[in-house]
Amino acid sequence: MLDYLSGLFTPTILLYLLRGFAITLRVAVIAILLSIVFGAILGLIRSYAPKPLRMLAGAYIEWFRNTPNLLWVMVCFIAAPLPSDWARCTMAYVLFTSAMMAEIIRGGLNAIPKGQFEAAHSQGFTMVGALWYIILPQCFRRIVPTMLSQIITVVKDTSFMAQVAVAELLFRTKNLMSIFYNVVGRQITAPDVFLLFGFAMLLYFAVNFTLSCIVRYLQKRNHAGAQAR
Amino acid sequence: MLEQILTPWRWQNLFTQWPALLQAFLTTLVASVLALILALLLGVIFGLMSTSHHRLPRAIARIYVEFFQNTPLMIQLFFVFFALPYAGISLPSFTCGVLCVGVYTGAYISEVVRAGIQSIPQGQFEAAYSQGFTYLQTMLLIILPQTVKIILPPLVNQCVNLIKNTSVLAMIAGGDLMYVANNWATNGNASYGPAYLISGVLYFLLCFPLSTWARRYEEKLKQQDIQKPAAGKEVAA
Repeated sequence: MLDYLSGLFTPTILLYLLRGFAITLRVAVIAILLSIVFGAILGLIRSYAPKPLRMLAGAYIEWFRNTPNLLWVMVCFIAAPLPSDWARCTMAYVLFTSAMMAEIIRGGLNAIPKGQFEAAHSQGFTMVGALWYIILPQCFRRIVPTMLSQIITVVKDTSFMAQVAVAELLFRTKNLMSIFYNVVGRQITAPDVFLLFGFAMLLYFAVNFTLSCIVRYLQKRNHAGAQAR
Repeated sequence: MLEQILTPWRWQNLFTQWPALLQAFLTTLVASVLALILALLLGVIFGLMSTSHHRLPRAIARIYVEFFQNTPLMIQLFFVFFALPYAGISLPSFTCGVLCVGVYTGAYISEVVRAGIQSIPQGQFEAAYSQGFTYLQTMLLIILPQTVKIILPPLVNQCVNLIKNTSVLAMIAGGDLMYVANNWATNGNASYGPAYLISGVLYFLLCFPLSTWARRYEEKLKQQDIQKPAAGKEVAA
């Protein structure tokens, strides 16, 4: 058994898969950070900007929220003006996730009473100052659990890149099935395939399960806090 | 992209093949409906299991939800489509796609159902049992109908996600909208602009009414809660 496992998961194969996972995580992290920034800007515009701008932001959000992420990966892979494959795909995730984040942030902003703004203005805060120091911190504390769920979705959706041959984890897992003979030196069998897929699933699961445990912990804490108040 | 969209002959090309487009749109629709039925079925079953008093069904439901929510739909799909044939199980790509999307969304729906059931006060269960209702009768006749109002918005949102997720059928040549759009993008004169735009619009037409309705309904529910604070508190307690 142990011999079999060490024969299958040789350093070469492990390194090959883990390097793929590194690409997965790199794209996910960059996409998440950028889309939180853009999402916050979009969400603020949709909630507080003058009407034409508000409608424009609304149109963007609704358009991207109601079309598949996979479509944007395809479109950006072909048409985005960026030099490398993974960067073009990252742009697709940013486009799509910004809209999702904007909607989440708008939900958080809605829950904050208008009186907070008036109070801030009466204390001499500017619009930007009030947003930065008073409104956004409250908003973010409230929406962190929802946002983390969206982050899990981004990590999972990075696997769409397998379709456009960016060598992330899923692509490499599938690719190993065709290059198996050259790498390991024997025909691939059912247990090999299952273990390779199992290993890839385990990697995704480890990251996402950790995140979802944090979500549950925060939700419980928020709930307890709300009841205490 | 823009240049492609502004080229008339590419559009002409696309519209001469409109039956294929319609066929693909129908495939997406049928896949969505079938997957939704499967997802609702699994969602209710596992949602009920996760509110059970026994540990075993609760544990099984937990494992189901955690596994399917925390691994990508794509890898589940590839596993069923590319790996299972090694064990002698090969399914046609459409079946594969419906199965995977249904089971995946079922995990999300079961969480929605669980939250709905847990929002019903314990007294309702006790009252039903005291009147001689069995477990199934209590759930189907008393508890689940009451949860509908609360769980409808998240349920519809999951339905939107499901429709969007059927696009993974394209990965295994499932013949859906995404797949046909891809074909246009990679075949012959590479008219990806119009093809992607049209498929985007079609997905949008399916999803936008649903997600807008869900948001409005949710806002209306919140408004009602604000207008009747006393009733809201009773529910929370």
